[in-house]
Amino acid sequence: MGDSIVKFLETWSPIDVVLIAQNFDRFLWGALTTLELTLISLVIGGILSIPLAIIRAGNNPILNAPVWVFTYVFRGTPLLVQTYLIYYGLGQFEWIRETFLWGPILSQAWYCALVAFSLNTAAYTTELLRGSIVNTNRGEVEAAKACGFSKAMRLRRIVLPSAFRRALPAYSNEVIFMLHGSVVASTITIQDLLGVGRWLNGRYYLAYEGFITAAVLYFIIVLMISRGFRFWEKHWLAHLYPRDAVKTKPKKGLASFRI
Amino acid sequence: MKFRKIMTLLAAATLVLGMASVSAQAADLRVGVEGAYPPFSWKESDGTLKGFDIEIAEAICAEMKRKCVLIEQDWDGMIPALLAKKFDTIIASMSITEERKKRVNFSDKYYNTPAKFVAKKGSGLEISKSGLKGKRIGLQRGTTHQCFMEKMYPDTELVLYGTQDEVFQDLAIGRIDAQFSDSIAADDGFLKTDAGKDFEFTGGDQHDEACHGPGAGMTVRKQDDSLRMDLNKAIKGIRDNGVYQKINAKYFEFDIFGG
Repeated sequence: MGDSIVKFLETWSPIDVVLIAQNFDRFLWGALTTLELTLISLVIGGILSIPLAIIRAGNNPILNAPVWVFTYVFRGTPLLVQTYLIYYGLGQFEWIRETFLWGPILSQAWYCALVAFSLNTAAYTTELLRGSIVNTNRGEVEAAKACGFSKAMRLRRIVLPSAFRRALPAYSNEVIFMLHGSVVASTITIQDLLGVGRWLNGRYYLAYEGFITAAVLYFIIVLMISRGFRFWEKHWLAHLYPRDAVKTKPKKGLASFRI
Repeated sequence: MKFRKIMTLLAAATLVLGMASVSAQAADLRVGVEGAYPPFSWKESDGTLKGFDIEIAEAICAEMKRKCVLIEQDWDGMIPALLAKKFDTIIASMSITEERKKRVNFSDKYYNTPAKFVAKKGSGLEISKSGLKGKRIGLQRGTTHQCFMEKMYPDTELVLYGTQDEVFQDLAIGRIDAQFSDSIAADDGFLKTDAGKDFEFTGGDQHDEACHGPGAGMTVRKQDDSLRMDLNKAIKGIRDNGVYQKINAKYFEFDIFGG
């Protein structure tokens, strides 16, 4: 029975399903590498972006200028170029190869990708959060002032929690862009999901099989990410939706009022 | 940049296709070449292609009395692009192997040179299963060398690159313990250059018939058998009339056609 299925697939399937199945564990390892790189750089970039966004939203010109330059440079150049600069570019200089950073970080492709990805997502997230902070409802800030909140307390209790919530929908895009951007890792020898697709192509000269498998797995990951965000948005942004739409189910025959 | 390149290629391809349909007789021969594999092919700073493969391609076209249209293609995408009819033949040092013969067909070989390891001078790298265990060996993805290493040294950590240039670059700065490639490509592309002065061949010639095959051939689609015959005739032609030897002498000190 099992043999006949394999036989059937080998003769009749337009794509080599058996070969994909045989190498599926490699694809899963690749997906794990992709997820690892994406998630860790999102965490690092996210943590970096909070103080930077506060600086960008404030009006201290000495602090503001360098952060502005940072976000402008990293948003203004392609991720691939940034990654090449860190991986191939820095390695070119002998004095960099002699610093303590070389051995544990810059000599390793994985860390080079992580540095590039983290800085890239930090730049985008900074600007995204800045917009959100600037757009905080003035009434809320004034109310906090009236209650005698200090500046730091206002930021911590009122502005940031509200800004994070309102930034959530835009941030889900950034997460998905970062996942898609992580394919850059495969150009600097990392066996991420796309890297495994390219490996399969290199080994068996089957482009379609390797890339369609990678594509399907990317699709599944993105689906899970957007599902997760939709859940969080419902949870954290419930107060911004029209009350009926969230609390009660739409009545039969009436168009849903949900956004 | 990439997009523009693709568009230019597409435009060129449509133009060629259009012309081909007008006069099917002396149609241009569209040849897929690489451009990142010195001394067989490389790109000058003004964008022109140079190298042994390029000159052989021109000579073959002249012998067949057809006009050559060289189309640059990344190594990974060579066979898929051939199958997608982006060009009619590949002249890019592609070794004739059984694995590739499942997808495409080959002319007779037009050269055959051995494969070798390159490591730092005095590295003491032992070319054996135990000596290479856990070592990081760099090589170009999708080559016969990948097949060889995966078959003979499965415990070695393979670091896969898109181009041979990138392999040399990372070997020079010590990201990999050694590299494995065609000996001529390593000699002219790396060892004879400034970056390669501290490196040497190690372990002698490596050959596995199933992986390396009889040598490099010109690749054609399976259904294009008449083109294959024409190419064979042309290879014999330039061997007999001395054109091959003249090109050979420009690049190498010995006849690389092999026995």
